[in-house]
Amino acid sequence: MIAELASSPLDGPLVMRLLVIFVSAAVTENILLTRFLGMCPFLSISRQMRSAFGMGLAVVFVTTCTVVINWALYAYVLKPLEPYGLPAESLKLILFIVVIAAFVQFMEMAIERISIRLYFALGIFLPLITVNCAILGASLFMVTHVSGRQFGGWDALLYGFGAGVGWFIAIMLLAGVRSRIKEDSVPAALRGPGITLIVAGIMAMAFVIFQGMIKL
Amino acid sequence: MVQPLQPWLIVLLAAGISCAVTTVLAALLIVAERYMVNYGTCTIDVNDGARQLEIDGGDTLLGSLKTEGIFIPSACGGRGTCSYCKVKVLEGGGALLPTEEPLLTAEEIADDLRVSCQIKVRNDLKILIPEELFAVRQYRGVVERISDLTYDIKELRIRLIEPDTLTFVGGQYIQLEAPAYGDNPEPVYRAYSMSNPPSDDQAVETIVRLVPGGICTTWVFQHLSEGDEVTLNGPYGDFRLSDSNREMIWIAGGSGMSPFWSMIRYMAEADIERKTTYFFGAVQRRDLFLLDELTELARKLPWFEFIPALSAPGEHDAWTGQTGLITEIVDRHISDGRELEGYLCGSAGMIEAAHDLLRTKGLTDDRVFYDKFN
Repeated sequence: MIAELASSPLDGPLVMRLLVIFVSAAVTENILLTRFLGMCPFLSISRQMRSAFGMGLAVVFVTTCTVVINWALYAYVLKPLEPYGLPAESLKLILFIVVIAAFVQFMEMAIERISIRLYFALGIFLPLITVNCAILGASLFMVTHVSGRQFGGWDALLYGFGAGVGWFIAIMLLAGVRSRIKEDSVPAALRGPGITLIVAGIMAMAFVIFQGMIKL
Repeated sequence: MVQPLQPWLIVLLAAGISCAVTTVLAALLIVAERYMVNYGTCTIDVNDGARQLEIDGGDTLLGSLKTEGIFIPSACGGRGTCSYCKVKVLEGGGALLPTEEPLLTAEEIADDLRVSCQIKVRNDLKILIPEELFAVRQYRGVVERISDLTYDIKELRIRLIEPDTLTFVGGQYIQLEAPAYGDNPEPVYRAYSMSNPPSDDQAVETIVRLVPGGICTTWVFQHLSEGDEVTLNGPYGDFRLSDSNREMIWIAGGSGMSPFWSMIRYMAEADIERKTTYFFGAVQRRDLFLLDELTELARKLPWFEFIPALSAPGEHDAWTGQTGLITEIVDRHISDGRELEGYLCGSAGMIEAAHDLLRTKGLTDDRVFYDKFN
């Protein structure tokens, strides 16, 4: 089924098209394991399943929202002005960062106001996300899909959601592996970040098998 | 086909768009902050109306109380690690936070205790705090004297400047602020028992033992010198002489000397003739201090006996006094403890061992008082 779609991934009915975008963003183009973006929190917050879960959810949420906002900014402001000579490619980098930073600030305030429990489950990870390059990466890769073909708001939503879910899957997998590593059976020089990077490398190799599945 | 604009117009357009987006976002954030982070004025009712505090919401309970001049003991400076700043919150505290859970026992949770540096003042609160915390103030003082008692224990005397008088009872402690220095990025507070008698109320004296790697003791030993200005707050603690007239056993080690050096001088000044035996434990002769002063007091006061003991005297110590672990010495001296009161000050290990021993001697838990160092 999926192999069949691979020939013309975006031409099917809407539901199929969105599914393809989602799976592609989450698995084939897994932002962490195929592009190695967002490594810093990936390595530092993956010690326990519980905090990895909170961090992962926060990334899913922020990526989904910021990709949609940035898509609107790009599709309705930057791209229409490009024919007039506006350097949309350079401007997007600056504007996307500003949008992400403001959005994270806003969400931190909002979550703390709405539910203090949610704030402690999710909100404490938000400041870490402002500087998470996976978030910016998702918005920038989204743009490469927009240019040259139809890529609507729903597509962007699913793409952002997929990218976030991909990051979530990766950090949960790593946290699962790390919680089972017995530190004393690891050579002293490789304990901590060393063995974690090796694990991440093996996971990345495993994800290579998804590469041929769908290509946006 | 549209014509590209002039280069200067493009620059203007790009700058304009950047500014517009940034301005819109900044405006949104300002509005959000105005309406979402603003909790208005909140009322904190302390001890059933004993004090009503009107404060701007949004800060932590610990911080809000501090701005109102109520100092809750806190060693870690509000980072949620030391768990000293527990306060009873009767109303308005909200659900228990994940950051509080590890710091509270099930009984404390059932007893409405909360970690005051973690909960924020978001609405009106009703809290209960120990009465004596109302008397706690922040003091500025100047180091009048730092002298060596042993190779790793110093006596520190701080003359108070503002306020210039501190009323306390023997056995209470203050929190000394170690400012940011060297590798220590932010101020921390550490508790030290006062060793001067309460009559000496314009100064704070304390006995500090160097803890290897300790932030505050390293600062006292290596960075603090006479004439330096310091900040402290207090007095705290309910370790003090009881109102009864029972015979007392005091057991201390190292800088656990502090409260007893205050108490014995208070008792001597006030003519409190209460039978007291003071066991002081050390390893070698070089770990003992104030020996002459206490021996002299014991000679003058018929009701006071001082028994220093060494657990492993060195060859050159020429030690003729008691030898053995302090618990062994106490064990030898007391046969029936049922009418005694025990006072313990020192490391957690020493206190537990001494407490266990006193139990076997018939002292019930309500007659044993201690001040445990962490």
